[in-house]
Amino acid sequence: MSDYLAERFLLDTIEMRAAYCDALIAAAEENPDIIDVESDVQYSMGTRKFKERFPDRTINCGIMEAHAVGFCGGLSSMGYIPFYHAFGTFATRRAFDQVFLSLAYQNMNVKIVGGDAGVTATANGGTHMPFEDMGLMRLVPGMTVIEPADSVMYKTAIRDMANTYGNYYIRSCRRKTIKIYREDAKFQIGKANVLTQGTDVAIIACGIMVYQALLAREILAEKGVSARVIDMHTIKPLDKGCVIKAAEECGAVVTAENHNIIGGLGETVCAALSENHPVPSERVGVEDKFGQVGTQEYLMEIYGLTAKDIARKALLAVSRKNKV
Amino acid sequence: MNGYSLKKDAAEIRKLTIRAMASAGYGHIGGSMSVCDALAALYGGVMHVDPSDPDMPDRDRLVLSKGHCGPALYAALAYKGYFPAEELATLNANGTLLPSHCDRLKTRGVDISTGSLGQGLSLASGVAYGCRMRGYASKVFCIVGDGELQEGQNWEAIQFIAHHRLDNLILIVDNNKRQLDGYTEEICAQQNLADKFMSFGLKVFLCCGHDPEAIFRTLEQAKEAGAPSAVILDTEKGKGCVFAEIPGFNHYMVIDKTMAEAACREIDRRLSDE
Repeated sequence: MSDYLAERFLLDTIEMRAAYCDALIAAAEENPDIIDVESDVQYSMGTRKFKERFPDRTINCGIMEAHAVGFCGGLSSMGYIPFYHAFGTFATRRAFDQVFLSLAYQNMNVKIVGGDAGVTATANGGTHMPFEDMGLMRLVPGMTVIEPADSVMYKTAIRDMANTYGNYYIRSCRRKTIKIYREDAKFQIGKANVLTQGTDVAIIACGIMVYQALLAREILAEKGVSARVIDMHTIKPLDKGCVIKAAEECGAVVTAENHNIIGGLGETVCAALSENHPVPSERVGVEDKFGQVGTQEYLMEIYGLTAKDIARKALLAVSRKNKV
Repeated sequence: MNGYSLKKDAAEIRKLTIRAMASAGYGHIGGSMSVCDALAALYGGVMHVDPSDPDMPDRDRLVLSKGHCGPALYAALAYKGYFPAEELATLNANGTLLPSHCDRLKTRGVDISTGSLGQGLSLASGVAYGCRMRGYASKVFCIVGDGELQEGQNWEAIQFIAHHRLDNLILIVDNNKRQLDGYTEEICAQQNLADKFMSFGLKVFLCCGHDPEAIFRTLEQAKEAGAPSAVILDTEKGKGCVFAEIPGFNHYMVIDKTMAEAACREIDRRLSDE
């Protein structure tokens, strides 16, 4: 069916944070300039193994995100490649001006890795639940913004980020996710993956919402609606060609993200549509709300991030096709 | 090192700065003037740099965290030979390589971009840490203003610098006791800066900030301190530019060529009185 998809969608055998750490160690084995910079969440984010392997290449700044980002900028100016690893909220929101001016403005080469994306922050609640991190990072000129759907893609993205000069933001969750991809699937940053073909509506998703999109496709199939599912793992720069082709061929688009619908995937896709090929479109995501404590399932339900929500909005978009 | 020669260097850097600002018609004159003597000492022999090879890997590095005083740094760089002094007249002109605030992507000899106050010291700590990992003997100097030390990020950086014993990093405070809106003491007093630095774990040196020879000696001592250090320079905002040596607002002034030439003549007159 696909060059990408695993035969069955099962819970992964490794946690996303372990995938990150393994990928970073692999990159660091090849490139002596890779440095792990932390601000006191090494246990939570799972990079202890990196520290054991490369004790001299792990720098834990303590609880000071603004300084840590600036420090990364200085290291980068010396030719090092810092991977700065923190909760998504604090890596972006707390250190925004430092990311903007100490990194991006001066063309540094720093990779920011934000953990606990959106509702996956669960019990840490509203203070630690980033629904705005991708939006903030999209506003930084030249910043590449990525959200991988599973561990296979996460590892590839870390390798490619390490090998490409520039500032990157990648957000992910720490626990196990549903494995979407075959181990040998190939990805390219900035190039969307069309996971399933479809003719009536395109569902464009990122991160944990890719699996929900695949489930929504089955719900829609029962109703006789054919959905194309696209993994838009790179939110910026957006693969506009893929978005436009989907709009031309399906005539309706739904986006799905574990993020505020303001500033994230939905907004960037809708901008591309309205400038190039306007079609009925709907956005699934958090509708301008703060986070709160709860299980991931509960939070996905109350913020409207389930396959059911995607299917409902897909039908709505399809129903609007002839009214435009 | 020659005391008169450094004083002359400082006078030339001041004149180049004032004339560049007159070309633009305005500038951050107060803080630029207060830092000229430190720049004269740094580029007059304290820093191991080569203007013909600005990317020399094991060079010393300067982060001018009070980035709005870029014009004084540009004057020092031009005087040192990084680029022709004529280029200073393009300060803030459309398409210039010499913008108000330091930009490492534009200006030859600028190591780090600055302008959002409080960020330079963290960047400098990364540079110093990187120099140490690379095995370079390089020193990293970071100039902050006393008003700028109100930004909390500086104190994050100082904790980090002390903890990691970055003895190749020298923090220089241009303690001109004024910030944009007035006297630091009246806006949000710094209390005792030396005590604060010492309690954070830095070795502290105090020095007159308008005696380039004394600054030179003090920075040489700080380089050999064997610990991260802070050099607090006692300075006056606007020092050396006669129309800016006023108790009122001198953070940013409109400057025309007549004012500039009169100020330059006064600089020469004072130097000849030395």
